[in-house]
Amino acid sequence: MARMKFLCDAERCIECNGCVTACKQEHEVPWGVNRRRVVTLNDGVPGEKSISVACMHCSDAPCMAVCPVDCFYKTTEGVVLHDKDLCIGCGYCFYACPFGAPQFPQDGAFGLRGKMDKCTFCAGGPETDFSAAEFRKYGRNRLAEGKLPACAEMCSTKALLGGDADVIADIYRNRVLKRGKGAEVWGWGTAYGKPERQPAAQPGAKS
Amino acid sequence: MRKLLVIAAVVALAGVAAGCGEKSSVTVYKQGQYQGKADKQPWDNDQFKGDKTAWEKAVKARNLGQNEYVRISGG
Repeated sequence: MARMKFLCDAERCIECNGCVTACKQEHEVPWGVNRRRVVTLNDGVPGEKSISVACMHCSDAPCMAVCPVDCFYKTTEGVVLHDKDLCIGCGYCFYACPFGAPQFPQDGAFGLRGKMDKCTFCAGGPETDFSAAEFRKYGRNRLAEGKLPACAEMCSTKALLGGDADVIADIYRNRVLKRGKGAEVWGWGTAYGKPERQPAAQPGAKS
Repeated sequence: MRKLLVIAAVVALAGVAAGCGEKSSVTVYKQGQYQGKADKQPWDNDQFKGDKTAWEKAVKARNLGQNEYVRISGG
């Protein structure tokens, strides 16, 4: 199994926000937290382009590099996950992330910054698979069910592809050849342009 | 009165001594290494029962299902 990646085809995205809704619904994400969102460039101008953005699970993830408590880990499938029990909600990862992926829930009367929350590639977290704790902290673990992220699987125009990098790159290449334009993949250079950060060797760890 | 003072002094001393015996609550982090809980592989669960091949097959089918050229024209 190669590594997992997201790919958003700006030629196809119609800004329906179906991916955002699917993510919210699948993981019961609270108000104020958007693991995925749709960004429109040149909104209202003819030829505007929309792209669906979330954690890209970068090859050399900057969030992992800056985390002062080292709560991030990378699975063998290349999914960047974190342990919420360890996160101190400092926000360094938010500043480091080129995609604005880390989210911080505003809990309590004084708007305290909670522990970081982000897209998990529907792979849950370091809790027992399918447990209530895993769902509460990280959302549903679709990958352990043999499924791909909900956002990509339900995308009506198939603008958002998610899964094995080789396969989705093939699908995209074929698509570009057929339509003869739109070969630019937004964010791929930033996310996957660097050599892969090797998963930390931890006995029994997914990474 | 004197007895009360002695008791108060003993209690105060005990409090001070307990403070000295406090354990450090500072976590020591190993630089650059994941410090959290270990996670399992996605196929190590009740559904796939450790069968990596079956999991890969299921995910591959889902991967290919995203290619609507294949889905619509039948290949």
